[in-house]
Amino acid sequence: MSHLLREHAPVTEAGWELLDSEARERLTPALAARKLVDFAGPHGWAHSATNLGRTEKIAEVPEEEVAARRRLVLGLVELRVRFSIARSELEDTDRGAEDIDLDALDQAARRVARAENAAVFHGWSAAGIAGIIEASTHDRIALGEDCERYPRHVAKAVDALRAVGIEAPYGLALGPETHTRVLETSEHGGYPLLEHLREIVGGPIVWAPAVTGGAVLSVRGGDFLFDSGEDLSIGYESHDADAVHLYLEESFSFRVATPDAAVALEP
Amino acid sequence: MGFDQYHEPADELPEETRTFARLCASLTEEAEAIGWYEQRISVESDRQARAIMRDAQGEEFKHFSMNLEFLLRRSPLWREIAEGILFQEGDIVEHGEEAEEEATEEQALRGAPLVGSESLGIGGVRGSGR
Repeated sequence: MSHLLREHAPVTEAGWELLDSEARERLTPALAARKLVDFAGPHGWAHSATNLGRTEKIAEVPEEEVAARRRLVLGLVELRVRFSIARSELEDTDRGAEDIDLDALDQAARRVARAENAAVFHGWSAAGIAGIIEASTHDRIALGEDCERYPRHVAKAVDALRAVGIEAPYGLALGPETHTRVLETSEHGGYPLLEHLREIVGGPIVWAPAVTGGAVLSVRGGDFLFDSGEDLSIGYESHDADAVHLYLEESFSFRVATPDAAVALEP
Repeated sequence: MGFDQYHEPADELPEETRTFARLCASLTEEAEAIGWYEQRISVESDRQARAIMRDAQGEEFKHFSMNLEFLLRRSPLWREIAEGILFQEGDIVEHGEEAEEEATEEQALRGAPLVGSESLGIGGVRGSGR
Protein backbone atom coordinates (compact mmCIF):
# COMPACT_ATOMS: atom_id res chain seq x y z
CA MET A 1 0.00 0.00 0.00
CA SER A 2 1.32 3.46 -0.82
CA HIS A 3 1.25 6.47 1.53
CA LEU A 4 -1.93 7.59 -0.25
CA LEU A 5 -3.76 4.90 1.79
CA ARG A 6 -6.40 4.52 -0.90
CA GLU A 7 -7.13 0.95 0.14
CA HIS A 8 -8.42 2.26 3.49
CA ALA A 9 -11.02 4.51 1.89
CA PRO A 10 -14.63 3.31 1.72
CA VAL A 11 -14.57 3.85 -2.03
CA THR A 12 -15.27 1.09 -4.55
CA GLU A 13 -13.25 0.49 -7.70
CA ALA A 14 -15.90 2.27 -9.74
CA GLY A 15 -15.77 5.19 -7.31
CA TRP A 16 -11.99 5.52 -7.64
CA GLU A 17 -12.28 5.30 -11.39
CA LEU A 18 -14.77 8.15 -11.39
CA LEU A 19 -12.70 10.32 -9.03
CA ASP A 20 -9.44 9.74 -10.90
CA SER A 21 -10.93 10.38 -14.31
CA GLU A 22 -12.75 13.51 -13.14
CA ALA A 23 -9.53 14.85 -11.58
CA ARG A 24 -7.55 14.06 -14.73
CA GLU A 25 -10.17 15.75 -16.89
CA ARG A 26 -10.19 18.91 -14.77
CA LEU A 27 -6.46 19.12 -14.22
CA THR A 28 -5.09 18.53 -17.69
CA PRO A 29 -6.43 21.70 -19.36
CA ALA A 30 -5.44 23.86 -16.39
CA LEU A 31 -1.83 22.66 -15.97
CA ALA A 32 -0.44 25.39 -18.21
CA ALA A 33 3.16 25.19 -17.04
CA ARG A 34 3.48 21.53 -18.02
CA LYS A 35 2.49 22.42 -21.58
CA LEU A 36 5.51 24.69 -21.96
CA VAL A 37 8.35 23.56 -19.70
CA ASP A 38 10.49 20.41 -19.53
CA PHE A 39 8.93 17.77 -17.28
CA ALA A 40 11.28 15.31 -15.57
CA GLY A 41 10.03 12.34 -13.57
CA PRO A 42 7.89 11.51 -11.78
CA HIS A 43 10.59 10.15 -9.51
CA GLY A 44 8.28 8.99 -6.74
CA TRP A 45 7.23 10.17 -3.30
CA ALA A 46 10.65 9.44 -1.80
CA HIS A 47 12.38 11.89 -4.18
CA SER A 48 13.16 14.88 -1.96
CA ALA A 49 15.51 17.18 -3.83
CA THR A 50 16.72 18.25 -7.26
CA ASN A 51 20.45 18.16 -7.87
CA LEU A 52 21.69 21.63 -8.83
CA GLY A 53 25.20 20.44 -9.60
CA ARG A 54 26.61 23.27 -7.50
CA THR A 55 28.43 23.54 -4.19
CA GLU A 56 29.20 26.10 -1.54
CA LYS A 57 32.35 26.36 0.48
CA ILE A 58 32.22 25.37 4.14
CA ALA A 59 34.49 27.76 5.99
CA GLU A 60 34.85 25.79 9.20
CA VAL A 61 36.44 22.38 8.83
CA PRO A 62 37.13 19.74 11.49
CA GLU A 63 40.80 19.39 10.54
CA GLU A 64 43.49 21.73 9.22
CA GLU A 65 44.44 21.57 5.51
CA VAL A 66 41.06 20.04 4.67
CA ALA A 67 38.91 21.80 2.10
CA ALA A 68 35.18 21.22 2.35
CA ARG A 69 32.23 21.99 0.10
CA ARG A 70 28.55 21.34 0.54
CA ARG A 71 26.35 20.18 -2.33
CA LEU A 72 23.45 22.48 -3.16
CA VAL A 73 20.06 20.99 -3.90
CA LEU A 74 16.59 22.39 -4.45
CA GLY A 75 14.13 20.72 -2.09
CA LEU A 76 10.83 19.57 -3.54
CA VAL A 77 7.63 21.19 -2.33
CA GLU A 78 4.54 19.18 -1.48
CA LEU A 79 1.17 20.60 -2.49
CA ARG A 80 -1.95 19.16 -0.93
CA VAL A 81 -5.56 20.29 -1.33
CA ARG A 82 -8.21 18.58 0.77
CA PHE A 83 -11.73 17.87 -0.43
CA SER A 84 -14.69 15.76 0.67
CA ILE A 85 -17.15 13.69 -1.32
CA ALA A 86 -20.54 12.68 0.07
CA ARG A 87 -20.75 8.93 0.61
CA SER A 88 -24.28 8.96 -0.75
CA GLU A 89 -22.93 10.33 -4.05
CA LEU A 90 -20.31 7.57 -4.20
CA GLU A 91 -22.99 4.97 -3.51
CA ASP A 92 -25.03 6.37 -6.38
CA THR A 93 -21.97 6.01 -8.61
CA ASP A 94 -22.09 2.27 -7.97
CA ARG A 95 -25.78 2.28 -8.87
CA GLY A 96 -24.85 3.79 -12.23
CA ALA A 97 -25.77 7.43 -11.63
CA GLU A 98 -24.19 9.78 -14.18
CA ASP A 99 -24.72 13.15 -12.47
CA ILE A 100 -22.52 12.74 -9.41
CA ASP A 101 -21.72 15.90 -7.46
CA LEU A 102 -17.95 16.28 -7.68
CA ASP A 103 -17.79 20.04 -7.24
CA ALA A 104 -15.41 19.78 -4.28
CA LEU A 105 -12.99 17.71 -6.35
CA ASP A 106 -13.25 20.13 -9.27
CA GLN A 107 -12.48 23.02 -6.98
CA ALA A 108 -9.50 21.20 -5.46
CA ALA A 109 -8.19 20.44 -8.96
CA ARG A 110 -8.48 24.12 -9.91
CA ARG A 111 -6.63 25.14 -6.75
CA VAL A 112 -3.72 22.76 -7.16
CA ALA A 113 -3.34 23.62 -10.87
CA ARG A 114 -3.41 27.34 -10.05
CA ALA A 115 -0.79 26.86 -7.34
CA GLU A 116 1.49 24.95 -9.72
CA ASN A 117 1.10 27.55 -12.47
CA ALA A 118 1.69 30.43 -10.06
CA ALA A 119 4.87 28.83 -8.69
CA VAL A 120 6.27 28.15 -12.16
CA PHE A 121 5.40 31.50 -13.76
CA HIS A 122 5.51 33.97 -10.88
CA GLY A 123 7.81 32.10 -8.50
CA TRP A 124 7.40 31.16 -4.86
CA SER A 125 10.16 32.66 -2.75
CA ALA A 126 9.12 30.88 0.47
CA ALA A 127 9.68 27.58 -1.34
CA GLY A 128 12.90 28.69 -3.06
CA ILE A 129 11.33 28.70 -6.51
CA ALA A 130 12.12 31.48 -8.99
CA GLY A 131 9.40 31.80 -11.62
CA ILE A 132 9.76 32.25 -15.36
CA ILE A 133 8.30 35.76 -15.34
CA GLU A 134 10.25 37.10 -12.39
CA ALA A 135 13.51 35.51 -13.56
CA SER A 136 13.31 37.01 -17.06
CA THR A 137 16.14 39.42 -17.80
CA HIS A 138 14.29 41.17 -20.62
CA ASP A 139 12.27 44.37 -20.34
CA ARG A 140 8.63 43.61 -19.68
CA ILE A 141 6.19 44.35 -22.46
CA ALA A 142 2.81 45.84 -21.56
CA LEU A 143 -0.03 44.26 -23.52
CA GLY A 144 -2.69 46.85 -22.72
CA GLU A 145 -6.33 46.42 -23.60
CA ASP A 146 -6.10 47.05 -27.33
CA CYS A 147 -6.02 43.51 -28.71
CA GLU A 148 -5.27 44.75 -32.22
CA ARG A 149 -1.79 45.62 -30.96
CA TYR A 150 -1.08 42.20 -29.42
CA PRO A 151 0.63 40.77 -32.52
CA ARG A 152 3.05 43.69 -32.42
CA HIS A 153 3.81 43.13 -28.71
CA VAL A 154 4.26 39.39 -29.12
CA ALA A 155 6.46 39.91 -32.19
CA LYS A 156 8.58 42.30 -30.16
CA ALA A 157 9.00 39.64 -27.47
CA VAL A 158 9.99 37.07 -30.11
CA ASP A 159 12.52 39.54 -31.51
CA ALA A 160 13.99 40.08 -28.05
CA LEU A 161 14.47 36.33 -27.62
CA ARG A 162 15.98 35.94 -31.06
CA ALA A 163 18.33 38.87 -30.41
CA VAL A 164 19.97 37.00 -27.53
CA GLY A 165 20.23 33.76 -29.50
CA ILE A 166 17.17 31.97 -28.15
CA GLU A 167 15.84 30.09 -31.13
CA ALA A 168 12.28 29.08 -32.07
CA PRO A 169 9.92 27.49 -31.36
CA TYR A 170 8.39 29.74 -28.74
CA GLY A 171 5.26 29.30 -26.67
CA LEU A 172 2.84 31.90 -25.39
CA ALA A 173 1.23 31.65 -21.95
CA LEU A 174 -1.70 33.97 -21.37
CA GLY A 175 -3.60 34.59 -18.15
CA PRO A 176 -7.33 33.80 -18.35
CA GLU A 177 -8.51 37.38 -18.93
CA THR A 178 -6.01 38.07 -21.67
CA HIS A 179 -6.66 34.69 -23.24
CA THR A 180 -10.40 35.30 -23.36
CA ARG A 181 -9.83 38.72 -24.93
CA VAL A 182 -7.65 37.12 -27.60
CA LEU A 183 -10.20 34.39 -28.30
CA GLU A 184 -12.96 36.94 -28.76
CA THR A 185 -11.04 39.07 -31.18
CA SER A 186 -10.87 38.92 -34.93
CA GLU A 187 -8.59 41.27 -36.80
CA HIS A 188 -9.57 43.32 -39.81
CA GLY A 189 -10.80 40.87 -42.42
CA GLY A 190 -12.06 38.45 -39.74
CA TYR A 191 -8.81 36.56 -39.24
CA PRO A 192 -8.76 35.18 -35.68
CA LEU A 193 -6.18 36.93 -33.50
CA LEU A 194 -5.31 33.60 -31.88
CA GLU A 195 -4.17 32.18 -35.24
CA HIS A 196 -2.13 35.28 -35.99
CA LEU A 197 -0.34 35.00 -32.61
CA ARG A 198 0.25 31.30 -33.18
CA GLU A 199 1.98 32.09 -36.47
CA ILE A 200 4.23 34.59 -34.74
CA VAL A 201 5.37 32.31 -31.90
CA GLY A 202 5.41 29.10 -33.92
CA GLY A 203 4.43 27.04 -30.86
CA PRO A 204 1.56 26.51 -28.43
CA ILE A 205 -0.65 29.23 -27.00
CA VAL A 206 -1.63 28.19 -23.51
CA TRP A 207 -4.49 29.27 -21.24
CA ALA A 208 -2.78 29.79 -17.90
CA PRO A 209 -4.97 30.09 -14.80
CA ALA A 210 -3.33 32.07 -11.95
CA VAL A 211 -0.98 33.85 -14.35
CA THR A 212 -1.20 37.62 -14.53
CA GLY A 213 -0.46 38.88 -18.03
CA GLY A 214 1.63 36.21 -19.65
CA ALA A 215 4.96 35.30 -21.18
CA VAL A 216 6.56 34.43 -24.47
CA LEU A 217 9.08 31.70 -23.82
CA SER A 218 11.31 29.25 -25.55
CA VAL A 219 9.94 25.72 -25.83
CA ARG A 220 13.08 24.28 -27.45
CA GLY A 221 13.85 22.45 -24.19
CA GLY A 222 16.52 22.77 -21.52
CA ASP A 223 15.51 26.26 -20.36
CA PHE A 224 12.76 25.65 -17.79
CA LEU A 225 12.90 22.53 -15.68
CA PHE A 226 10.01 20.99 -13.75
CA ASP A 227 11.14 18.10 -11.57
CA SER A 228 8.26 15.92 -10.43
CA GLY A 229 8.52 13.76 -7.31
CA GLU A 230 5.07 12.32 -6.93
CA ASP A 231 2.81 13.27 -9.78
CA LEU A 232 -0.69 14.48 -8.99
CA SER A 233 -2.53 11.80 -7.05
CA ILE A 234 -5.66 11.42 -4.96
CA GLY A 235 -5.09 10.15 -1.44
CA TYR A 236 -7.31 9.20 1.48
CA GLU A 237 -7.37 11.04 4.78
CA SER A 238 -10.40 9.89 6.77
CA HIS A 239 -14.14 9.29 6.56
CA ASP A 240 -17.25 9.59 8.68
CA ALA A 241 -20.84 8.51 8.24
CA ASP A 242 -21.56 11.21 5.65
CA ALA A 243 -18.43 11.88 3.68
CA VAL A 244 -15.05 10.60 2.57
CA HIS A 245 -12.25 13.08 3.12
CA LEU A 246 -9.64 12.94 0.40
CA TYR A 247 -6.88 15.13 -0.99
CA LEU A 248 -5.08 15.95 -4.20
CA GLU A 249 -1.34 15.92 -3.82
CA GLU A 250 1.90 16.32 -5.71
CA SER A 251 5.55 17.11 -5.04
CA PHE A 252 7.82 19.04 -7.38
CA SER A 253 10.58 21.58 -7.81
CA PHE A 254 11.04 24.09 -10.59
CA ARG A 255 14.05 26.05 -11.76
CA VAL A 256 14.88 28.41 -14.58
CA ALA A 257 18.09 27.39 -16.35
CA THR A 258 18.03 30.21 -18.94
CA PRO A 259 16.52 33.40 -17.49
CA ASP A 260 16.70 35.23 -20.83
CA ALA A 261 14.65 32.51 -22.60
CA ALA A 262 11.39 34.25 -21.64
CA VAL A 263 9.86 37.71 -21.98
CA ALA A 264 7.20 38.78 -19.49
CA LEU A 265 3.98 40.31 -20.79
CA GLU A 266 2.21 42.68 -18.43
CA PRO A 267 -1.56 42.99 -18.60
CA MET B 1 14.94 1.40 -42.39
CA GLY B 2 12.23 3.95 -41.68
CA PHE B 3 11.15 5.42 -38.36
CA ASP B 4 8.54 2.83 -37.52
CA GLN B 5 9.94 2.14 -34.06
CA TYR B 6 8.01 5.25 -33.03
CA HIS B 7 4.29 4.95 -32.45
CA GLU B 8 3.95 8.62 -31.57
CA PRO B 9 5.23 11.63 -33.57
CA ALA B 10 9.02 11.54 -33.08
CA ASP B 11 9.28 15.30 -32.57
CA GLU B 12 6.93 15.08 -29.59
CA LEU B 13 8.94 12.36 -27.87
CA PRO B 14 11.64 13.18 -25.32
CA GLU B 15 15.17 12.19 -26.37
CA GLU B 16 15.35 9.46 -23.70
CA THR B 17 12.15 7.88 -25.02
CA ARG B 18 13.49 7.93 -28.59
CA THR B 19 16.70 6.21 -27.46
CA PHE B 20 14.66 3.70 -25.47
CA ALA B 21 12.50 2.96 -28.53
CA ARG B 22 15.56 2.52 -30.77
CA LEU B 23 17.07 0.00 -28.38
CA CYS B 24 13.73 -1.83 -28.10
CA ALA B 25 13.67 -2.10 -31.90
CA SER B 26 17.27 -3.25 -31.86
CA LEU B 27 16.49 -5.89 -29.23
CA THR B 28 13.67 -7.23 -31.42
CA GLU B 29 15.98 -7.44 -34.43
CA GLU B 30 18.64 -9.32 -32.49
CA ALA B 31 16.05 -11.80 -31.21
CA GLU B 32 14.79 -12.32 -34.75
CA ALA B 33 18.34 -12.90 -36.00
CA ILE B 34 18.94 -15.47 -33.24
CA GLY B 35 15.78 -17.31 -34.33
CA TRP B 36 16.77 -17.19 -38.01
CA TYR B 37 20.25 -18.60 -37.33
CA GLU B 38 18.71 -21.32 -35.21
CA GLN B 39 16.52 -22.37 -38.15
CA ARG B 40 19.34 -22.16 -40.71
CA ILE B 41 21.69 -24.19 -38.51
CA SER B 42 19.04 -26.86 -37.99
CA VAL B 43 18.68 -27.48 -41.73
CA GLU B 44 22.33 -27.03 -42.79
CA SER B 45 24.23 -30.26 -43.44
CA ASP B 46 27.70 -28.73 -44.08
CA ARG B 47 29.66 -28.76 -40.80
CA GLN B 48 31.83 -25.78 -41.71
CA ALA B 49 28.79 -23.68 -42.67
CA ARG B 50 27.09 -24.64 -39.42
CA ALA B 51 30.18 -23.59 -37.44
CA ILE B 52 30.21 -20.18 -39.15
CA MET B 53 26.53 -19.66 -38.42
CA ARG B 54 27.00 -20.76 -34.80
CA ASP B 55 29.71 -18.15 -34.51
CA ALA B 56 27.45 -15.52 -36.05
CA GLN B 57 24.61 -16.49 -33.74
CA GLY B 58 26.98 -16.00 -30.80
CA GLU B 59 27.43 -12.41 -31.92
CA GLU B 60 23.67 -11.96 -31.90
CA PHE B 61 23.49 -13.39 -28.36
CA LYS B 62 26.00 -10.78 -27.33
CA HIS B 63 24.14 -7.94 -29.08
CA PHE B 64 20.81 -9.04 -27.63
CA SER B 65 22.28 -9.18 -24.12
CA MET B 66 23.90 -5.75 -24.40
CA ASN B 67 20.65 -4.22 -25.66
CA LEU B 68 18.71 -5.87 -22.88
CA GLU B 69 21.13 -4.72 -20.19
CA PHE B 70 20.90 -1.12 -21.50
CA LEU B 71 17.10 -1.19 -21.40
CA LEU B 72 17.02 -2.72 -17.93
CA ARG B 73 19.35 -0.01 -16.65
CA ARG B 74 16.99 2.63 -18.02
CA SER B 75 13.84 1.01 -16.67
CA PRO B 76 14.12 0.19 -12.95
CA LEU B 77 10.74 -1.55 -12.78
CA TRP B 78 11.59 -3.77 -15.75
CA ARG B 79 14.95 -4.55 -14.14
CA GLU B 80 13.32 -5.42 -10.85
CA ILE B 81 10.88 -7.81 -12.51
CA ALA B 82 13.64 -9.31 -14.66
CA GLU B 83 15.79 -9.92 -11.59
CA GLY B 84 13.02 -12.08 -10.17
CA ILE B 85 12.82 -14.19 -13.33
CA LEU B 86 16.23 -14.39 -15.00
CA PHE B 87 18.83 -16.99 -13.96
CA GLN B 88 16.45 -18.55 -11.42
CA GLU B 89 15.78 -22.24 -11.01
CA GLY B 90 12.17 -23.44 -10.87
CA ASP B 91 8.89 -22.44 -12.43
CA ILE B 92 9.30 -19.50 -14.79
CA VAL B 93 5.63 -18.47 -14.73
CA GLU B 94 5.52 -18.58 -10.95
CA HIS B 95 8.67 -16.45 -10.70
CA GLY B 96 7.13 -14.04 -13.21
CA GLU B 97 3.94 -13.57 -11.24
CA GLU B 98 5.80 -13.11 -7.96
CA ALA B 99 8.36 -10.71 -9.40
CA GLU B 100 5.67 -8.55 -11.00
CA GLU B 101 3.61 -8.39 -7.84
CA GLU B 102 6.55 -7.50 -5.61
CA ALA B 103 8.02 -4.95 -7.98
CA THR B 104 4.78 -3.10 -8.70
CA GLU B 105 3.91 -2.91 -5.03
CA GLU B 106 7.28 -1.32 -4.27
CA GLN B 107 6.88 1.02 -7.25
CA ALA B 108 3.48 2.13 -5.94
CA LEU B 109 5.08 2.92 -2.59
CA ARG B 110 7.43 5.27 -4.39
CA GLY B 111 4.48 6.82 -6.24
CA ALA B 112 5.94 6.27 -9.69
CA PRO B 113 3.32 6.16 -12.44
CA LEU B 114 4.37 2.85 -13.85
CA VAL B 115 2.58 -0.45 -13.56
CA GLY B 116 0.56 -0.47 -10.37
CA SER B 117 0.92 3.26 -9.69
CA GLU B 118 -1.93 5.11 -8.05
CA SER B 119 -1.12 8.58 -9.40
CA LEU B 120 -3.34 10.17 -12.00
CA GLY B 121 -0.57 9.64 -14.54
CA ILE B 122 -0.79 13.13 -15.99
CA GLY B 123 2.96 13.79 -16.26
CA GLY B 124 4.21 16.29 -18.81
CA VAL B 125 1.54 17.49 -21.19
CA ARG B 126 3.74 19.40 -23.61
CA GLY B 127 2.39 19.03 -27.12
CA SER B 128 -1.16 18.49 -25.87
CA GLY B 129 -2.21 21.82 -27.40
CA ARG B 130 -3.57 24.82 -25.65
